Amino acid sequence: MTDPCEAALHELYHFLAGELTDERRSLITVHLDGCTTCLGAFDFEAELRRVVAERCRESVPEELRERIAALIRHEHSLDR
Amino acid sequence: MADQATFADQAVPFMDSIYAAALRLTRNPSDAEDLVQETYLKAYRGFGGFEQGTNLRAWLYRILTNTFINTYRSKKRRPDETQFDEVEDLYLYRRLGGLEAATVGRSAEDELLDWFSEAEVKNALEALPEQFRMAVLLADVEGFSYKEIAEMVDVPIGTVMSRLHRGRKAMQRELYEFAKARRLLPDDAVDPSGASERTTAPAHAKAHRDD
Repeated sequence: MTDPCEAALHELYHFLAGELTDERRSLITVHLDGCTTCLGAFDFEAELRRVVAERCRESVPEELRERIAALIRHEHSLDR
Repeated sequence: MADQATFADQAVPFMDSIYAAALRLTRNPSDAEDLVQETYLKAYRGFGGFEQGTNLRAWLYRILTNTFINTYRSKKRRPDETQFDEVEDLYLYRRLGGLEAATVGRSAEDELLDWFSEAEVKNALEALPEQFRMAVLLADVEGFSYKEIAEMVDVPIGTVMSRLHRGRKAMQRELYEFAKARRLLPDDAVDPSGASERTTAPAHAKAHRDD
């Protein structure tokens, strides 16, 4: 694999996940500085990842939070 | 060894994200509530075995995923070779990426947020076969490392990476179908080279708007 774009895209997700060694990471960063095509793809995937995480947020129902707190208090009282 | 008296203070702050994960895994609120409750009770009872100073959040997720796998998942195990249509890398970017250029002054993130509603993102994730859904959820939503995920679901790191790779692509395909269904795009907007040149809304998309 000698094509630098192919090499960078191959490691795109490992890069975004912070799973690369410092050496691989800086090689890709250098490539992205000079390659708008790859930078566009990296930016898009990074934003998509953020949007997915953002859209999947939830708040636990208050009633469930209270029920769990009560169950733990109950268990705790049995332990003593 | 962790003191059970401090469990609530330490573990309760993670309950929102644990509940979100439980919803994506079980795909229904009632099972999700049971799963969260069971996870917290197991965690409380096992808290003595938790090593203070290590990652409590990862420890809780491990209990969550194990409880889900053992209790809630369908009895019929899906083999890892689950067939779904493979699509190429950068599937969504090659179709939607060029559209960013059409709107000046907005970030890519604003654009993506506009394209996909909360329900669409959740549905796209929940549509994935279980093992792929779990990998994408733990990595891309919860931000766990490959190694942490491998330990949580008890598979080799290579398997985690392969599930992530395929799961993300399948999810992009789902998202693209939503975009198409809402007529954000023409059915034939699949030519990557032409995508960035398109500056006006596709004709047939306009045709569906009365105003």
